Amino acid sequence: MGERIIELRDIKKSYGQVYALGGVNLSVDRGEVVGLIGDNGAGKSTLIKILSGVVKPTSGDILVRGKPVTGWSAARSRDAGIETVFQDRALAVQQTIVRNIFMGRELTGFLGWLKVGKEIEEASRLMREIGFTSKVFTPHSIVGQLSGGERQGVAIARAIYKQAELIILDEPTTALSLTETAKVFHFVRQVRASGRSILFIGHNIHHVFDIADRFVVLDRGKVALTADRTEIKSADDLINFMEEIAHPGGLPGLHEAGGAEQRAR
Amino acid sequence: MSKAMEPDLQTPLGRASGPTAKESGKEWSHPSDHWLRGFVLDNRASLGTLAVFIVMMAIFMIANPTVFTTWYLYSSVLTTLPVALFVVVPLVFVVTCGEIDLSFPATMGFASWVFAIVVQAGYDPFLGIAAALLTGTLLGFLVGSLVVYGGLSSLIATLGMNFLLRGLIQIINEGKSTALTNLADSSAYAIFSSQLWGIPVQIFWAIAFVVFSALLYNRHRFGAQVKVVGDNPDSAKQMGIDVQRVRVKVFVFTGIGAAIAGTFSVMINFTWWPTAGDGYLLPVLASVFVGGTPTWGGIGTVAGGAIGAVTVSFIQTGVVAAGLSGFYVQFFNGLIIILSLLGHKWNQARYR
Repeated sequence: MGERIIELRDIKKSYGQVYALGGVNLSVDRGEVVGLIGDNGAGKSTLIKILSGVVKPTSGDILVRGKPVTGWSAARSRDAGIETVFQDRALAVQQTIVRNIFMGRELTGFLGWLKVGKEIEEASRLMREIGFTSKVFTPHSIVGQLSGGERQGVAIARAIYKQAELIILDEPTTALSLTETAKVFHFVRQVRASGRSILFIGHNIHHVFDIADRFVVLDRGKVALTADRTEIKSADDLINFMEEIAHPGGLPGLHEAGGAEQRAR
Repeated sequence: MSKAMEPDLQTPLGRASGPTAKESGKEWSHPSDHWLRGFVLDNRASLGTLAVFIVMMAIFMIANPTVFTTWYLYSSVLTTLPVALFVVVPLVFVVTCGEIDLSFPATMGFASWVFAIVVQAGYDPFLGIAAALLTGTLLGFLVGSLVVYGGLSSLIATLGMNFLLRGLIQIINEGKSTALTNLADSSAYAIFSSQLWGIPVQIFWAIAFVVFSALLYNRHRFGAQVKVVGDNPDSAKQMGIDVQRVRVKVFVFTGIGAAIAGTFSVMINFTWWPTAGDGYLLPVLASVFVGGTPTWGGIGTVAGGAIGAVTVSFIQTGVVAAGLSGFYVQFFNGLIIILSLLGHKWNQARYR
């Protein structure tokens, strides 16, 4: 495995008496797709907010490329190359692909005038890098004309333009059809091939299983399982495990699912 | 439309159609990438407005062909139209940003009042123009800050500011106007308010302002950020754009435009009235929307707004020139507004 982009050690977050996260360890290496799975209320969104620096952990250490960082904040997160892509609200849908990619970081020359040609060139390069090619769309196409999966592509291209090393995809395929999901997977694989890392967060275990190199299962604020792709045979194994932790020994016929526990590290 | 826009991610490149060798290196292409088609699609709102204008003028001309051959008709429109253009164009920015500004008539009155005071005191009109611009900038900043940092509805807050500022003007002046008789000999008048080849010179300044603003809107960071903020402020914020600052800036831009407009209208009349600017509120707002800028923010068209202003200012002249009585003016105003809105609704898709 390559360089360790980020590592969370024993991260706790409490809101008053309630623990949203009770000691989470999570790391992402360069060129790796980590799938983060968890039910509603498992602490996924709190974890994303901590990674993006919006929320500060109550306790625990954050290491960027092996070095502990003090005073973790949104700015530090950005400096570490972490970009979060939220599902719907990420793009300005009435604007062109170019305008979305360069949102807030317009390529400007003299007195703030846009370098239109350079922006198109750079946008085309970025879209090519993530494997987004089209005979129908140009960088001047309105994002609102794109399908859900393609919109994710634009958001990912924008994150890459912002020099992201680790892209957090928050439920990128939840509202998408099969073909659209396939497009997002295509983009994710291209990003991984370019040596960047992705934290892929999802409800749908099948989706996460198909794309991730490593799985982290979050349950009630704790990591219930961390496993490499090679350690898990099928998505059904993961599903069984999820059901087991949701209803420990509760549902008939699941008593034998302890096998997944043994695989957990 | 949606079918034509079907994505084509699977098809191997350069194999589908056309000269293969030439297209194989080009991954972005458009089936009908003709410049004219692109131009029409990109400018459909302003072209629609232009069509409305041409149809309207054609009807007027058919009703009374002889009047429309006289230059005087156009000359009078070209004198007053520039005043409207200087506020219509900034308002396109405001509406694109998802806000509205109803305080510009009072800003016009206030800034031109400052101009009148400076000129009447015997200073050079250029100094008066500078003072008016400064006043417009400050008032725009004041109104914008109130709306943005005060977290108020721009519709109501700017309406309130319009009354408040106009009230201040009325209280201090007690309805008295200011005549600026020495203005006609000044070089500022020659530059900004005389005639060039028989054409009122204001229109050249207004066209320059429209062109500059269109570039600002389409080719500058400011325009790009205004559109993004109006489209999706959450996303803009996440991408590091200072959303509040951009919003204040559009109000400042309107303040500056209103100051220029107010000063021009005083120079045309050689007189400043305490009501200066009041009559522009509704025609200017109508021009923005007739021009094809939608109410919901994120998109708009400066050129369309300008054509909208031309359309609105020709309604009154045209109705009278066509031989109808002045009582028809309001009816035609309404008719043009409604027809334009229907046209734009059919012409523009709204993406969510």
